[in-house]
Amino acid sequence: MTNKEKYEKVFIESFEVASEQLSNLTYQSIPLWDSVGHMNLIASIEDAFDIMMETDDIIDFSAYEKGLAILSEKYDVQF
Amino acid sequence: MCNSKMLDGKIALVSGCNRGIGRAILETFLNNGAIVYAIVRTKGSLNDFVSNANCKPVYMDVTDTASVKSLFMQVKKEQGRLDVLVNNAGMMRDALIGMISREHIEQTYAVNVFAVIDMIQYASKFFKRQQSGSIINLASIMGVQGNAGQLLYSSTKGAVVALTKSAAKELAPCGTRVNAIAPGAIDTDMLRSIGDANVNKLLQNVYVGRLGLPADVAKTALYLASDLSEYVTGQVIGVDGAMIV
Repeated sequence: MTNKEKYEKVFIESFEVASEQLSNLTYQSIPLWDSVGHMNLIASIEDAFDIMMETDDIIDFSAYEKGLAILSEKYDVQF
Repeated sequence: MCNSKMLDGKIALVSGCNRGIGRAILETFLNNGAIVYAIVRTKGSLNDFVSNANCKPVYMDVTDTASVKSLFMQVKKEQGRLDVLVNNAGMMRDALIGMISREHIEQTYAVNVFAVIDMIQYASKFFKRQQSGSIINLASIMGVQGNAGQLLYSSTKGAVVALTKSAAKELAPCGTRVNAIAPGAIDTDMLRSIGDANVNKLLQNVYVGRLGLPADVAKTALYLASDLSEYVTGQVIGVDGAMIV
């Protein structure tokens, strides 16, 4: 499984969305991506990529696309 | 409390282990079977534990957020879990109102409050996944009662009391307990630094009639770290010999 596929899988399983919805997904745009859902999402991403995210990055992680940028720029996850 | 291995197999992280209460907690946890990541600032200050494989000295400053993150990554890689966090590192600077500098306010809050919040945030990542964990914050009787000349210190410890109660409520559904210990007059270097005359004056307000020992606090930490306290959370436990401030 590629890193992109892992990343997508986390979102799909966390928020019960279809892959077609992912690119436009932003924080609080769907009921499941609330603050609790956000912390669960971060936990799943940390598990998937074996990283530990900093608080500022968790706060900045405001969208599906933004998350890709944060992971690649700060956590050396190649997509 | 007679079980000699109350923390068998548990992974603990304790800050401020070089002396006093922190050192007593470190020794007590090791004696009870825990593997302890012992945070100290001064390199070499835990050399006398070098023969104990369960003691993992970590030389760092708790206000250095990059080091804090690295430490939790280290624990994750080496142990894969964390069971107990003890936020003991702290600093005390007494000054009368009107003589408290901004620099001292920021330094004291950085160690006594901000670092505690950072540590809780990282530790809770483990605890949420495991659905278990115990956080023990060292507050102070001054944070509960207040004291003349200790506005700064007591306010930081009051913050520790408040954050303990909030974290306990937020983390309870994740099987995580959060409690604080509020020591009174404990016989440490920090206390002795106020001079014998002042120590004796303090002692007159301790109904038990003696200063507390670091081991007295460590025993309470042991209880809170162990499964004996599995239904105890959001509490501030005084270890003060019925001291009146």
